[in-house]
Amino acid sequence: MLAYVIRRLFAGVIMLIVMSIVTFALFFASPIDQASFICGKNCSAAQKKQTAAAMGYDDSFANQWADFAKGVVQGRDYPDDPKLRETAPETIVHCEAPCLGYSRERGDTVTNLIKDTFPVSFSLAVSAFILWMVGGVLLGVTAALKKGSIIDRGLVGLSLIAYAFPTFFVGLVLYKFVAIKWGLTEIPRYTSIAEGGVGGWLSSLTLPAITLALFFMAAYVRMTRSYVIESFQEDYVRTARSKGLPERTVTYKHALRAALTPIVTMAGLDFAGLMGGAIITESVFNYPGMGKLAVRASSDFDLPTTVGLVILLATFVILANIIVDLLYAVIDPRVRLG
Amino acid sequence: MSTTSPSAFATTDTAAAPLLSVRELQVHFPTQDGLVKAVNGLTFDLDRGKTLGIVGESGSGKSVSSMAIMGLHRGTNAQLSGEIVLDGVNLLDISAEEMRKKRGREVSMIFQDPLSAMHPYYTVGNQIAEAYRVHHDVSRKVAKQRAVEMLDRVGIPNPDKRVNDYPHQFSGGMRQRAMIAMGLINDPNLLIADEPTTALDVTVQAQILDLLQDLQREFNSAVIIITHDLGVVAEMADDVLVMYAGRAVEYGPCKEILTHPEMPYTWGLLSSVPDLTGDTEARLIPIPGNPPSLLNPPSGCPFHPRCPHREKVPGDLCRTELPLLVPGQRGESHTKRCHLPNPDAIYAAEVLPVIAPDLAGDTADAAEEL
Amino acid sequence: MTNETINPGNQDSEEAAPVAHVEGHGAAVAPVDAKPILEVDQLRMYFPVKSPGLIRRTVGQVQAVDGVSFQVAEATSLGLVGESGCGKSTTGRLITRLYKPTAGAIRFEGQDIAQAGPAELKPLRREIQMIFQDPYTSLNPRQTVGSIIGAPLAIHKILPKDKILPRVQELLEVVGLNPEHYNRYPHEFSGGQRQRIGIARALTLQPKLLVADEPVSALDVSIQAQVINLLQDIQNEFGVAFLFIAHDLAIVRHFCPEIAVMYLGKIVEIGDRDSIYGNAHHPYTQALLSAVPDVKQAATGGRIERIRLQGDVPSPIDPPSGCRFRTRCPIAQEICARHEPPLLQIGRKHKVACHFPGRLGQAPHEPLTAGLLGVDAEGRPDPGASPSTDLIEQPGYADTWFDLDNKSIGRA
Repeated sequence: MLAYVIRRLFAGVIMLIVMSIVTFALFFASPIDQASFICGKNCSAAQKKQTAAAMGYDDSFANQWADFAKGVVQGRDYPDDPKLRETAPETIVHCEAPCLGYSRERGDTVTNLIKDTFPVSFSLAVSAFILWMVGGVLLGVTAALKKGSIIDRGLVGLSLIAYAFPTFFVGLVLYKFVAIKWGLTEIPRYTSIAEGGVGGWLSSLTLPAITLALFFMAAYVRMTRSYVIESFQEDYVRTARSKGLPERTVTYKHALRAALTPIVTMAGLDFAGLMGGAIITESVFNYPGMGKLAVRASSDFDLPTTVGLVILLATFVILANIIVDLLYAVIDPRVRLG
Repeated sequence: MSTTSPSAFATTDTAAAPLLSVRELQVHFPTQDGLVKAVNGLTFDLDRGKTLGIVGESGSGKSVSSMAIMGLHRGTNAQLSGEIVLDGVNLLDISAEEMRKKRGREVSMIFQDPLSAMHPYYTVGNQIAEAYRVHHDVSRKVAKQRAVEMLDRVGIPNPDKRVNDYPHQFSGGMRQRAMIAMGLINDPNLLIADEPTTALDVTVQAQILDLLQDLQREFNSAVIIITHDLGVVAEMADDVLVMYAGRAVEYGPCKEILTHPEMPYTWGLLSSVPDLTGDTEARLIPIPGNPPSLLNPPSGCPFHPRCPHREKVPGDLCRTELPLLVPGQRGESHTKRCHLPNPDAIYAAEVLPVIAPDLAGDTADAAEEL
Repeated sequence: MTNETINPGNQDSEEAAPVAHVEGHGAAVAPVDAKPILEVDQLRMYFPVKSPGLIRRTVGQVQAVDGVSFQVAEATSLGLVGESGCGKSTTGRLITRLYKPTAGAIRFEGQDIAQAGPAELKPLRREIQMIFQDPYTSLNPRQTVGSIIGAPLAIHKILPKDKILPRVQELLEVVGLNPEHYNRYPHEFSGGQRQRIGIARALTLQPKLLVADEPVSALDVSIQAQVINLLQDIQNEFGVAFLFIAHDLAIVRHFCPEIAVMYLGKIVEIGDRDSIYGNAHHPYTQALLSAVPDVKQAATGGRIERIRLQGDVPSPIDPPSGCRFRTRCPIAQEICARHEPPLLQIGRKHKVACHFPGRLGQAPHEPLTAGLLGVDAEGRPDPGASPSTDLIEQPGYADTWFDLDNKSIGRA
């Protein structure tokens, strides 16, 4: 078990390294010259060169990546200029390990940027996750157990509608109608626990979390329903019935346990994906999360921020994968880790 | 040819009421394409301690009728009619809860593929003990002890350790032994074994058949063994019921049916399977065509489109009229559903020389004398 | 010294050996001196088993096929029987080169294809075709029957496009399907018909060898006979050789004039039909045969006395030492754990790998092989004995053999 986790983590680190190289390489290959982009329109050749040197863009691809990797392990100074360190140490920003870089555009280390935005995305992802898992699985099981009834058909129909509406539209409707026109909730604005306490934090999450959860909930209702219906066809359910078990035991002990196992996998991966930010939801509600940060970073050609977010998101996905596999081994005795 | 009411078909010499008595059982499934008549008027009796072999191909209704006896069609859209009387109680009349209490206790079932029939997430012991606890108010510990005893009884080595194994850690033969342990833990009067050895290797099949026979003697249960393998039936069964298209087409004592079959479908089953001593120069004689659709079964005798002997029946009887299940030329206990007037002679003259030339000589002479 | 009495049954068949079609015979009889089309020599297939640790080393091997040798003669059939896990299906897949063998030779028409690369294999794929067990999963549900059967013709560019359809219809007719149905999809056919489609596809390129892996075991009994008869007709008409893999001993007996019995990756007994079914000398073959339920015993009543094998087949990862069958063998002795029995020829066409070969109930008390292996009766090295050097298994049969009945050397 431990050896397995170590091996998986090791493989994960290698994957992260490869991904950072690929992200670097893509930026290098892009037709936009970083230095002139930052320097602006009326930039002389000398100024451009100076900017490039200051940013480290004149260095080779390998060196730039090596600097980045060093920063992750050791921390880094920006700009990393020994002369400047003596003359004007106050202009140097120290970025502690694990340093993912320094965003010139935003004038802050990527680590700090992420520290600011992460709680927003995390709160949103967790609250949406709880909503969609509880709602999706419960409704999906209900639909499956009442297969063919009005309830089932209603749920399937509703989930199809919810699935079909784009997130930005659902978000807008909730924002404009529920919050503004009808005033059923406060106008959503992200409030941290420090600012508004748990109550304020929760109420600030209600509308965006519903927006985000609705799409996933619809998908999970349908998925759960089909897994549960399928598991009732299994031979071992027939065996359980032929033992004379009450239908309750057949359903909960035998059919559902097997049906819900694959949902664990899906849920883990979907959750990890959302950790990187729900771009549309954050944009609609103007929540300062990682999704918005990512959009801006990529449109500004902000390499350090982009790389930092890519690495972080990939880390979440890799960790979620490992956790899901471990969970699976716990649930299903047939699965052997190795 | 005498006509007898169906209730006189009892194949035993005891006057006591049979343990299981199925009368005119019908199981129909409404579908979008129409009514699927999976079982269409099935009648048989089974005594305590006896074995009935039900033979037929896929779609003949043999599994559907056993599910009906188990009450496993409840809660589906299946339409059942007729009578299934077990120990004096008509199982089609009682409530779902009463049926549930009988299931696993008075009548239990083992299935073809023991791997998929056991839940992969629970230990073998857990699943066997569960079958005991649902009908007996005992602690987990007692139930587990009982499971260990049963595993020991069905020949699982180190049962006190293996009881904690998961099904995938058992071999195919051991899984089927565990299923048998689960089926017999409540000492049921009736055990239904649905293709219990089809998924197993031949040496393991022999072990399982031995075990079933030993346990039947010990528990004095009645057994219904459902199979497509006439060899298994020959070894296990006291009575044989041959099913085709949802109906019994031939029914009687095992030895009678296998040595003097009177229905061309049974002949076909016998002649299409090679055996270990037959003439290898001879060609196998398959049953032509394919099993019938249960949505639109053929008119008259459902076997007539595949029957090589229908020319021998005068008129258009085979196509127009469903033959009754009545005794033929071989006594009251041997019934068949066929219009052929002289099946014995045809069998001796045309079928036996092909399937068992060594036996054919004397019986052919006998047939000529008739 | 010439032994005239071996295999009396074989004499008739030699005369009756059909070259042309003989009504009713099918593949029942082996031609006497047909050339081997396939020769398998010491074939081995080991699948590695990886350790679960941090560094995944190969910690063991599944010895799925471990030193198997046999011949299949032109236009005849060799049956491969054994229980699940004995390696019979793996052997079939090796011969069609779905797997690359670990060691050994597969000589098809004299050419060793065991290690051939994809380019060398391409022409071979025309000559060796496979029929699978499951007619439901081995046909692509989205292709019409016509394109399934015609695909090999197009791939190998054998016929121009406009000639493919007539050939497909011809093949459909050969396997007993309506040639007009080339435009239908597999799901529109029944199980038996689908197996016919699979057979037609295998016949498209006019192969010389068909590897049939459990071709009828998924079919209803009444349909099995139809397919078996079809395969026999095909053999008679086109002179195709079969490697017929099945677990059903009665069907193999009916179809194959020569049979090899496998246990845990090895051939334990091989011979012509009469030797295996009427004169089996290996306790495993005897146990297999006695385990088959027989319809005819209903006439006599009761069950036959059978050899009861205890337990299950051991794991091929860690097979028993010496003779692999010894853990379940009713007559095993000490030597069986120490030494693997060589595959000895004991008849004109009969080889057996057992230290105590004999008819049921007549097994010798002393190991027959001790002298050959240079050991004493318990299998301990015997300093006085000189082990025989020519015990390496050859495909095919030698002209001399150990005649167990007369305690002499038999000669053809």
